[in-house]
Amino acid sequence: MTNWTNRIATVLMWFTALLVTSVFLWIITDLLRQGITHLSWEFLVTAPSDAGRSGGIGPILISTLLILGVCLLTSVPIGVPTAILLAEFSRKGHWFGRLIRSSLDVLAGVPSIVFGLFGNAFFCFYLGMGFSILSGGLTLSCMVLPLLIRSTEEGLRSVPDDYRQAATALGLSDAATLWRIILPAATPGLIVGLILSISRALAETAALLFTSGYADRMPQSLMDSGRSLSIHIYDLAMNVPGGEAQAYATAMVLIALLLIINVATSWASTRWLHGRISL
Amino acid sequence: MTTSPLITQTIRPWANREPCCKTQLPHITTTNLSVSYNGKLAIDHVNLPINRGCITTIIGPSGCGKSTFLSCLNRMTDLATHCKVSGSIAFNDTDITNPKINLIALRRQIGMNFQRPNPPPLSIQKNLTFPLKQHGIKRKADRVAKAQTILRRVGLWDEVKDRLQTPALRLSGGQQQRLCIARALVLSPEVLLLDEPCSALDPIASGVVEDLITSLRGQYTVVVVTHNLAQARRIADNVAMFWMLGQAGTIIEHSPVAPMFESPQNEITAAYLRGERG
Amino acid sequence: MSRLPSDTPLKWGLRIIAAIAGTIVLLIVLFLVIEAIPALQTVGLKRFFTDPSWHPAGGTEAGTFNLIPMLVGTILVTAGAILIAAPLGIASALFCQYYAPLRLGKLYRHLIELLAGIPSVVYGFWGLVVLAPLIRQWQPPGQSLLTAILILALMILPTVMLLSESTLRSVSHSYIQAANALGLSRWAIIQSVVLPTARGGIITAVLLGAGRAVGETMAVLMVAGNVVQMPDNLFAPVRTITANIALELGYAMDHHRSALFVTGLMLMAIIVMLVGFAHWINKGHVYD
Repeated sequence: MTNWTNRIATVLMWFTALLVTSVFLWIITDLLRQGITHLSWEFLVTAPSDAGRSGGIGPILISTLLILGVCLLTSVPIGVPTAILLAEFSRKGHWFGRLIRSSLDVLAGVPSIVFGLFGNAFFCFYLGMGFSILSGGLTLSCMVLPLLIRSTEEGLRSVPDDYRQAATALGLSDAATLWRIILPAATPGLIVGLILSISRALAETAALLFTSGYADRMPQSLMDSGRSLSIHIYDLAMNVPGGEAQAYATAMVLIALLLIINVATSWASTRWLHGRISL
Repeated sequence: MTTSPLITQTIRPWANREPCCKTQLPHITTTNLSVSYNGKLAIDHVNLPINRGCITTIIGPSGCGKSTFLSCLNRMTDLATHCKVSGSIAFNDTDITNPKINLIALRRQIGMNFQRPNPPPLSIQKNLTFPLKQHGIKRKADRVAKAQTILRRVGLWDEVKDRLQTPALRLSGGQQQRLCIARALVLSPEVLLLDEPCSALDPIASGVVEDLITSLRGQYTVVVVTHNLAQARRIADNVAMFWMLGQAGTIIEHSPVAPMFESPQNEITAAYLRGERG
Repeated sequence: MSRLPSDTPLKWGLRIIAAIAGTIVLLIVLFLVIEAIPALQTVGLKRFFTDPSWHPAGGTEAGTFNLIPMLVGTILVTAGAILIAAPLGIASALFCQYYAPLRLGKLYRHLIELLAGIPSVVYGFWGLVVLAPLIRQWQPPGQSLLTAILILALMILPTVMLLSESTLRSVSHSYIQAANALGLSRWAIIQSVVLPTARGGIITAVLLGAGRAVGETMAVLMVAGNVVQMPDNLFAPVRTITANIALELGYAMDHHRSALFVTGLMLMAIIVMLVGFAHWINKGHVYD
């Protein structure tokens, strides 16, 4: 009897794996087949017209990159020092470190639409930035912060203590130790954190809907509204009858970007960190 | 093969078994047993009869294949990748190196225990009842009764009877090791393989475990790997000596305990037992 | 670990920046509360549950603010997704660790990692153009509770699988060795040793998956149909709390807008509870 349950379990496990794999392949081949037919250099550089039914995604790519730029330029200067504090300067169990850490844990769990609500209320209205690339980028910056801090912290923790002892023995100051020894050694962790943050930010839609806005024209400044790739997909799929083909192509571009980033991450983490950071 | 006793699923009470160590009947006999990992030979042409109801200790320096030999005896070697076994192991006249053998039945009859006590993080009682449940004893009361009998058998009962539901990991190392031996015994095996059962324990705990092992004599066929020569001498009926010959380990001498320690035939054994080599 | 010593200006600088990072959560809650206050004061929490319907655009007096159908929508979609994703995710993790040959297991995990990396909007899009039409052929209208459940299950499966798998990996090899030596079959080992040992981690994985499902917006928005109603069967369209915010924030004014922030606060509360529960389970003892 036990033998039978064992056999049934084995069959079920293989069946599950097969099922999940085939659904996944279904999605991927569908996206690839439909997406690739509309993909061209032309598509990447021209502006969308007729609400996106024709033309390309040039300005949308630019807006996406700008949003990403704002996001990284603001999250790195906050995230890296926080990670340094948590990894290097806070004793285990100290209240300050614990408080920061649990606050970041909560932040990591906040749903993206709530970030959207917050960004809309705080950046767009309270700080008067309106629907703009700046608001969108700043909102995403809050969102990726926990991710960025965690992997940078991991990177710092992977620096052997010998380095620190050696530096102390040489009589280096804190700042010099940090700047000349620990940070260079922790760069890989920081890079992995950056890559993860980028992929999270690229994939995000809900937090941007009401912060960076919908405008699909070429942004003139950071205060302009700008549409990200993900919002473009959403808009074409939901609001533009006949926008399906373009949505497929845009999804292809987005997935290709993410895939490149994903491969880069696993390459970077196996090369530098020996798999220390789990994705 | 289907008629082999290894296919039977019933648990036989020990009382029906013939307790003895005097008959000198081999229970397990290995013939030209060789094992290689990734093409690299670990043990080479090992021939050893293991007598029914006796305690056989396997001694020798570390890294010469003692544990590998032990894990062949209940096919734990199957779990290692790229491990190849050749030669034969006769157990009750069945060649258990046969790939078609029912491993589940085999391991029920040849139990094994490891160097570090490894009770899963379950309660003390559950550690003993889960193997019974999986081996088809449906009534919980039966399983619990069996677990209690076994706890008495290994002398743990008085120490743990008030906390059967507490995690086994809260026991001391020696108690954990006895619990693990109990767990192997709960399935009423014919043979018990013990891989350095005392090496992770302090001297007092290891004395208690040793007493437990000697109390198994006659009821079970016990094979103990140890690198503690004094212990081997204290508990063994028969001793087998492993040594590296060339690149692989093999048995260079085996005999009852007294002649082995008093007048070893092999030069290397003699030197090893005197503490000059090893 | 030896840490760098003493109080220095550097350390104070770092502390200030870390404090900023730590304050973001407070800032979020603060602004949600500030924006939610008008609705809470004039409409009151009670009316969110007792009003006859959800027509918030009419202002405080004429408008109605019943959230229950959307709360039910969120709960049903989440529960359905978990019901599908938890067994599949856990089985996938077991497959990877104990059934698949080494290489295949690795390959399978990479596949799931890729699946985890697909943006939710792409899942939503695929659900909208492929899955919903299929379901429409069977039971119109296609954009329905079922579609949302299926897409969401697909999205949280990687979360459940990857987290469970890392827990399984931490189950000591010696336990499995011991169980093998007892002559237990593979499934018996999993059932009696692996699952009890890994139970805390697996429950955490499922709870975090549920947290993701509750918070997910885009995919659900695109496939659920978004009709504010109590669904009477699997093929009826539903609207979730998250989708509602995404649909209405763009044009909501005054108390309507404020009411949306109230729902945002509710979402936060649900998520914090789930995550807190997950942490608590993981820390607590998991013995029998």
